[in-house]
Amino acid sequence: MLGPNILGTGKDLHVEIVQGAGAFVCGEETAMISSIEGKRGMARNKPPYPAAHGFHGHPTCVNNVETFANVPLILANGVDWFRGVGTPSNAGTKIFSLSGKVRNTGLVEVPMGITLNELLHDIGGGAPAGSVIKAAQTGGPSGGCIPADRMSTPVDYETLRKLGGMMGSGGLVVTDSGTCMVNFAKFFLGFTQHESCGKCIPCREGTKRMLEILERITDGKGKREDMDELRHLAAVISRTSACGLGQAAPQPVVSTLRYFEHEYISHIVDTRCMAGVCRSLLTYHILPNCRSCGLCARKCPVPCISGSKGEIYVIDNDRCIKCGECNRVCPFGAVART
Amino acid sequence: MSDVNLTINGIPVRVPTGSTLLQAAESISIRIPTLCYDKQLTVSGACRMCVVEVAGPAGSTRLEPACSYPVQEGMVVRTNTRELRDARRTIIELILANHPRACQTCIRNQRCDLQSACREYSIDKIRYEGEKRHHAIDTSSVAITRHPDYCILCGKCVKVCKEVQGVYALDFVRRGFSTTVLPPFDRDLAETVCVLCGQCLLKCPVAAIRDKSYLNKVEAALEDPNKIVTVQVAPSVRVTIGELFGLPPGVSLTRKLPTALRRIGFDYVFDTDFGADMAVMEEGHELIGRLQAGGPFPLITSCSPGWVKFMEHFYPEFIPNMSSAKSPQQIVGALTKTFFAERNRIDHKKLFNVSIMPCSAKKFEIQRPEHRLDDGTREVDAVLTTREFGDLLKLHEVDVPTLPDSEFDPILGDSTGAGLMFGVTGGMMEASLRTVASVLDPTSHPRLEYSALRGTGGIKRGSVLVGDRELKLAAAHGLANARKVLDSIKAGEEIHFLEVMACPGGCIGGGGQPLPTDEDSRRRRIEAMYAEDRGLPIRQSHKNPAIMTVYKEFLGEPNGEKAHHLLHTKYSARSPRGF
Ligand code: SF4
Ligand code: SF4
Ligand code: SF4
Ligand code: SF4
Ligand code: SF4
Repeated sequence: MLGPNILGTGKDLHVEIVQGAGAFVCGEETAMISSIEGKRGMARNKPPYPAAHGFHGHPTCVNNVETFANVPLILANGVDWFRGVGTPSNAGTKIFSLSGKVRNTGLVEVPMGITLNELLHDIGGGAPAGSVIKAAQTGGPSGGCIPADRMSTPVDYETLRKLGGMMGSGGLVVTDSGTCMVNFAKFFLGFTQHESCGKCIPCREGTKRMLEILERITDGKGKREDMDELRHLAAVISRTSACGLGQAAPQPVVSTLRYFEHEYISHIVDTRCMAGVCRSLLTYHILPNCRSCGLCARKCPVPCISGSKGEIYVIDNDRCIKCGECNRVCPFGAVART
Repeated sequence: MSDVNLTINGIPVRVPTGSTLLQAAESISIRIPTLCYDKQLTVSGACRMCVVEVAGPAGSTRLEPACSYPVQEGMVVRTNTRELRDARRTIIELILANHPRACQTCIRNQRCDLQSACREYSIDKIRYEGEKRHHAIDTSSVAITRHPDYCILCGKCVKVCKEVQGVYALDFVRRGFSTTVLPPFDRDLAETVCVLCGQCLLKCPVAAIRDKSYLNKVEAALEDPNKIVTVQVAPSVRVTIGELFGLPPGVSLTRKLPTALRRIGFDYVFDTDFGADMAVMEEGHELIGRLQAGGPFPLITSCSPGWVKFMEHFYPEFIPNMSSAKSPQQIVGALTKTFFAERNRIDHKKLFNVSIMPCSAKKFEIQRPEHRLDDGTREVDAVLTTREFGDLLKLHEVDVPTLPDSEFDPILGDSTGAGLMFGVTGGMMEASLRTVASVLDPTSHPRLEYSALRGTGGIKRGSVLVGDRELKLAAAHGLANARKVLDSIKAGEEIHFLEVMACPGGCIGGGGQPLPTDEDSRRRRIEAMYAEDRGLPIRQSHKNPAIMTVYKEFLGEPNGEKAHHLLHTKYSARSPRGF
């Protein structure tokens, strides 16, 4: 099917593979087309859609590699074969890239309609020892987070969307009890903000302000109104942005606000990060079971731990940079983090 | 083309297929706010201010940008819901979070689209505070300064430079919050192919692109008792200066200008139109010479300094085709410091020549090394754009529209309708033909108007019979159009005489003109120029008695040795040659 004069039809099919320069937004179809045309990877208005007016103005079919890879198999084995797996509305299989807090990570191909529980526990092997799965982010950096108690629902396009996630790229990032969901949302929003093509004001400027609010919250300087402001900005950004990147970018924040609002509240009201992730909200102090070995004081990079033989060592919290080294090195578990 | 029916805010509307929602709304007097939309440019949909609500299936709605979204049969659209007002307000607040907010000390105070948007949406507080994007100011160019901190990234400068001017001196760089509009490789603008046309400044909705102002230099000269300060006013300024005093575009204030300029303290008030008449003589005789010698064709006009720099960068192979005649500005400047100085026994070193120009590239032209007298003196010492002239008038408390009339000073202030025509696209060529046809065939009835060269089409083509010879003519304005014509000539098209003006519409649309300079104001300014030409007693340059005086007393023959020495120039290829 490749090359000149396919099956004697006089039609040619040539494949040329173009390597992108690494911009995330070039996963958006029109930005990708601009990029292949040699222009800056910026999304264009739709309509006209690429199917009508795409690469150099010609009708263009844009699909993921995974979709194209299915085509020869469907041609060879037939539609019924393809529909034999999956569900009636979501036929076939889907490849997920399983990562984060599961024992088995990597690419897995599963039938559509499998539940997240099956995916994460039966295939992923569940959370590492000593922790429990908290949530899974589906669909890539701008996907929403689905909490553990919703994971018995089947994985298909509609269900994921309803839950606030998405199929997207098939990314699946698993978080566990040691993950701070506010920090998690901040991380991914930081990524999409950085990768916005910079065209739309809401996407370019709005995600930046959301990010700053999240930084404030994880710094212990959040205000209660911040949660409303995040919801407001998220709504404006996803409703008014031109392309999928901007429209989806707030989703990690929106979904964590929906399912993990209590974590936001504890950062803001109690200035506590329950997962112990947000550095500014942590304090280290040395417990009475300190054997005054002095190891922490020697390892502290600042250094801000003082003490001498026979007494309990003390951390100067004004100077502590919350690196956690003392907590890690203490052979007696005498350095507590709260 | 068939029509489409839709409903906007409950009002049924019928518009041609292919219309945008913005056009449909406009047709029923709904004005949707925009910041990045511009009729002259391709649509980018960047600011999202124009989003409107489109009804979808099952009561759902989605927001789409009205500037680019095409109408569809049966569409139900709302343009002013609570959500939309709120979204627009948020967009403005997001811009403000990343903006210097220095209105009182800002050159665009009271003529700023961002400011107007704030007013319209009753922005009464700063909602978001945080990091601001910062990039150094670029003052390298002699005409234009760039202030990226004020930029709202609407992209209009990028697009006008690409699409209208074909120069490609600006583009977006970096991603996300760091996105910035810059010249290639963050070079200084002066080191790029920028031709200083100022079209980007006209498009900029805020103060991110500004005039490099020479007002201080002019004020200092006016106050210097040892200086004799002369001024010349370009043709198109007379029909645009009124806009800075609240008049609609296209009101001519020609005879008010000498009064105004004398009140400010200029010692002599000359007219660039005189220089244009002189340019007709010199360039016209070049054309006649080439007709006799059989080429090289086309002869290409050289009055527009933005065009000249463009040609030197991108099409230096056309240097032999360029008319070597200086621009009217430089002709008046050169003659002021020679002919006028000698005649009035003034030491030319005491003269300070100011010109008031519709053009930012004129600031570049005056400092070209070719435009100096033998002793190194500059022919013109300072250029003020129309806008800066307006500022100067206001500083000097001169209310131009109500002033009494007066005349320009004699000889270098005496001009004809032909000189005036230099201010509009096609006009320079019309003016030349008025003279060339008469010189080649003195018995013919002089033809004064060439309709093929009029109007706002980007490239106008025509032909004219001069004597027994058919001359093929073309006039292009906007440098992207110049590219098209030059490429077509390279591909074999025969043109004998080509006029190029860098700015759309010619000088009436120049980068130094009042804001807004848009389709409507350009059209009205052009009409005013044509009307003024029609009303003038002399409309052919060679019939200007002052021109005859200068040749007789000072220069000798058109294209003669002295004329060549003083009134002609040279061009040289520039790198980079572009992209
Ligand atoms: S939504 Fe963001 S990434 Fe998409 S076009 Fe707009 S600015 Fe670019
Ligand atoms: S957390 Fe780091 S900086 Fe703070 S006391 Fe421990 S070792 Fe020192
Ligand atoms: S650009 Fe406009 S909004 Fe910004 S400071 Fe200047 S006048 Fe004010
Ligand atoms: S002055 Fe003209 S050439 Fe220079 S950047 Fe602006 S639009 Fe482009
Ligand atoms: S410099 Fe002005 S015209 Fe250019 S993108 Fe910025 S705001 Fe728009």
